[in-house]
Amino acid sequence: MSTVKEDVRYAESHEWVKVEGDIAVIGISDYAQHALGDIVYVDMPEEGDEIEAGDVFGAVESVKAASDLICPVSGEVVAVNEDLEDSPELINKDAFETWIIKVRMSDASQVDALLDAAAYAKLCEDE
Amino acid sequence: MKEYDKLIFEISKPGRKGYQLPADKYGVDGMSAIPAGLMRGEAPELPEVSELDVVRHYTNLSNKNFGVDTGFYPLGSCTMKYNPKINEELASLPAFAGLHPLQDVKSVQGALQLYYELQQALSSLAGLKEFTLNPYAGAHGELTGLMVMRQYHKLRGDDKRTKVIVPDTAHGTNPASAMVAGLEVVEVKSRPNGSIDIEDLKPLLDDTVAGIMMTNPNTLGMFETEIMEIASLVHEAGGLLYYDGANLNPMLGKVRPGDMGFDIMHINLHKTFSTPHGGGGPGSGPVGVSERLVDLLPTPRVVKLDDGSFDVVYNGDESLGSVSTFFGNFGVMMKAYAYILSLGRDNIKNVGPMATLNANYIKESLRDLYKLPVEGPCKHEFVFDGLADKSTGVTTLNVAKRLLDFGFHAPTIYFPLLFHESLMIEPTETESLETLDEFIDVMRKVAIEARENPELVKEAPVTTAISHPDETGAAKNPILSYKAMKA
Amino acid sequence: MLDKIGVGSVDELYSDVPEEVLFRGEYDLPEGMSETELREYFTNLGKKNEQLTVFAGHGAYDHYSPSVIPHLLERSEFYTAYTPYQPEISQGTLQYIFEYQSMISELTGMESSNASMYDGATAAAESMFMMVASARKKNRVLVSSTLLESVRKVIATYMKFHGVELTELPEKEGETDFTAMAEELAKGDVAGVMVPSVNRYGIIENLEGVAEKVHGAKASLAIYCDPSALAVLKTPGEWGADIACGDGQTLGMPLQFGGPYLGFIACRKDMLRKMPGRVVGATTDRNGKRCYVLTLQAREQHIRRQKATSNICSNQSLMALYATIYVALMGPQGLRDVNRLSCDGAHYLYDRLIESGKFSKVYDKPFLKEFVVKTDLDTAAMAARLRRNGMMGGVEIAPGVLEFAVTEKRTKEQIDRLITVMLEEEK
Repeated sequence: MSTVKEDVRYAESHEWVKVEGDIAVIGISDYAQHALGDIVYVDMPEEGDEIEAGDVFGAVESVKAASDLICPVSGEVVAVNEDLEDSPELINKDAFETWIIKVRMSDASQVDALLDAAAYAKLCEDE
Repeated sequence: MKEYDKLIFEISKPGRKGYQLPADKYGVDGMSAIPAGLMRGEAPELPEVSELDVVRHYTNLSNKNFGVDTGFYPLGSCTMKYNPKINEELASLPAFAGLHPLQDVKSVQGALQLYYELQQALSSLAGLKEFTLNPYAGAHGELTGLMVMRQYHKLRGDDKRTKVIVPDTAHGTNPASAMVAGLEVVEVKSRPNGSIDIEDLKPLLDDTVAGIMMTNPNTLGMFETEIMEIASLVHEAGGLLYYDGANLNPMLGKVRPGDMGFDIMHINLHKTFSTPHGGGGPGSGPVGVSERLVDLLPTPRVVKLDDGSFDVVYNGDESLGSVSTFFGNFGVMMKAYAYILSLGRDNIKNVGPMATLNANYIKESLRDLYKLPVEGPCKHEFVFDGLADKSTGVTTLNVAKRLLDFGFHAPTIYFPLLFHESLMIEPTETESLETLDEFIDVMRKVAIEARENPELVKEAPVTTAISHPDETGAAKNPILSYKAMKA
Repeated sequence: MLDKIGVGSVDELYSDVPEEVLFRGEYDLPEGMSETELREYFTNLGKKNEQLTVFAGHGAYDHYSPSVIPHLLERSEFYTAYTPYQPEISQGTLQYIFEYQSMISELTGMESSNASMYDGATAAAESMFMMVASARKKNRVLVSSTLLESVRKVIATYMKFHGVELTELPEKEGETDFTAMAEELAKGDVAGVMVPSVNRYGIIENLEGVAEKVHGAKASLAIYCDPSALAVLKTPGEWGADIACGDGQTLGMPLQFGGPYLGFIACRKDMLRKMPGRVVGATTDRNGKRCYVLTLQAREQHIRRQKATSNICSNQSLMALYATIYVALMGPQGLRDVNRLSCDGAHYLYDRLIESGKFSKVYDKPFLKEFVVKTDLDTAAMAARLRRNGMMGGVEIAPGVLEFAVTEKRTKEQIDRLITVMLEEEK
């Protein structure tokens, strides 16, 4: 059973969002990292990139799969986790502690449309 | 036999040579006319070895490989049938091997005739008007066929048709080829038995659909019995039908794709027509089309003139363009044509039935120990969803690796994606009953081992030269060259 | 067997096929032939072909093919094997591909090579896609009109269907017009530029400063090249390219009426994940033994499907083996000799043609083994005359303009004979 963290919101595409002021901190869930297996590479955008909710902002690659990363919110990318360049396996070690990008949101209300922990847990069960 | 583990670079010794070229008698120093700024700075670090070094090295490498000539290769969707040796002999005849592709057509009438006759033979077998032999491989044929589809709509002045429907059971090259051809992929769902769900198809068919890309039998080896209805629905919606010829083998002697309503298809000569897989190529992926699409085919095209001679056409107003530099993999085509001629009009009709018989025999002989998700007669291949008894945690991957210990190449694993533990088996028609029985015995043995001694199966392979390579490390830190390895 | 399956006949296994679709006719094929009949059939077809002494190139070159290679290629463990998806029993294939990749890297000066592509033209088209995928929201590529037209045609077809905008750069005095390139780059929407190392006229292009200009416009540079010639010519790596691509037929492969040949792509390490096709990587197994595996498969069609880097499934594996053995046999010195001989022979022919007064210079640019000249002689009659004498002369790339290529296989005597026959009076 993968863990589902309580105080974050989730996209159906398995990204989690933690809100810190006007910044959305984004990563992928424990369910997603488990499904992928050992992660070998994370393709990330650049600081300063403008992004729209629903846009593909990168990809996570394992030996047997590669998954697009879809941004749950719109805004500007203000930080990219450079540790992942050399150590992509950090996501496997702790998916919730390992953020991938941080976005300054242009519309904070977009977060409300995302799933809460219970709804996300149910989504994973059904898959 | 001792194990051989050297790279060619590691047996290099400065000054060694493996070649002898003629002396330079032209009396001209051509390179002195080339400015130094255009010349290479440092010499390439390439191996310096003798001819014997080369021969021993690659001979030893070949001993680390497994081919159809070594043993049974039941890879589903690959059609690993025997590669007749007469094909190899004929393909290397100097009268063909030394021909430059731009020679005067009058001087290559034999080659053009062979090319043309192969086109005609494939047309007859496929039930389609005309073939292009330009595409170099199956995926390349798919791309070409989809380009035909788009060109057709373009010439009709229809810009709206940007989508192609692909079943969720399709081989990965199908949606990938669609993407390269600039089409959006729309998936149609399959029923639990793997057939296209017509009720899911109907709402997808509108005037934005260029066509459907599918195969029959499908990737589970089951015949799509509603093909006529599918064809009629797609045609009514203004779309074209594309046939992925990877599964053509069971159809030889029984059904022609053109008769099922397909407008375009590709054939894998290296599957259905016995040309060798070569460790991953070269293949050949001819594309056939119905009459109304003939002028859209890529160039160059080989045609027959009224006087019976053959010519090459390099341009066509309606042609989609070109997908190859010259004619395609001519050497491969020679082998396929020799194969067709060796079977002839009567014996080629046995290919499909024999392939189907062999597949069904294996299926029925193993269904008690492996999980058969779909009932009913299959055609040339079928899928098990792993072991019937999964209680010990032995996966399809484990089973596949354990088969290597018994001297068999594993079947295709984890495809199609419809089942979690897919194991796809295609014996082909060239295997004897004894080989099939041997395979069945080993599969039974492994299934029983999985129950009684699962650790052994999970550890497999144990008798091969290497085992459990670190694929994660290889993907995380790709080392693709000797230089990178030494760094 | 039928008993085991539980049917009375094999036909029953097709009982689910609709009656109207079952084929009950006869295929339009001859009766099956035995080996002796096949040999006769092919021999008779072969008699309708003429093996000519070739003095042309234009994408296919008559280089020396070592006798050793067919013997090794005929080892059935190599040619009857499938794609090496099961590494434990495919170390032979995987290792030679690793060696091939290493050799292509050395020849091109680029860090990462893939396991090969179908041919040079499709490799070039895929290189364009790589450059677009690496650019940020830019969808236009530039291609020099000095690339072979057959290669440009394939690039154009691929770009048209995939929806990439393609602009051809004009030529100036037989080379790429780099002023025009700068103008296009200044528009700021170019993802990549492709130019040749040796172009369609046989001219070795001077690419000094090109990479800087291209990179300055935040675009990538791909160089289309001949791997054999790269043993002596400045490499794409040295020119500062991001991608090198081309056809490896020049590595001793027989002409074979156009195929199978060998496409290749090599790139800078940081573009590696955008590269199409298979890639072999070195690793270790659970006992620490060095071994090789297909790697980065997650980008490929069988996993990524419509999001794959490309649709390519097979490569040209056996032809990659051909190239590997060839390069191993020839080594750096052998490849230098092949080029030196070809270059000397080509310059010998060129000088004698100009001396004859019947052929004149078109460009005054450096060339290696291929060049163009123009003439007022009746080229059709000349070509027919050559053919009657067992030779193939230059390709007529424009009225009166002939392109000749000379390789190490053409002796001085053969070249002299070519000239004699070309200059003969029409009888």
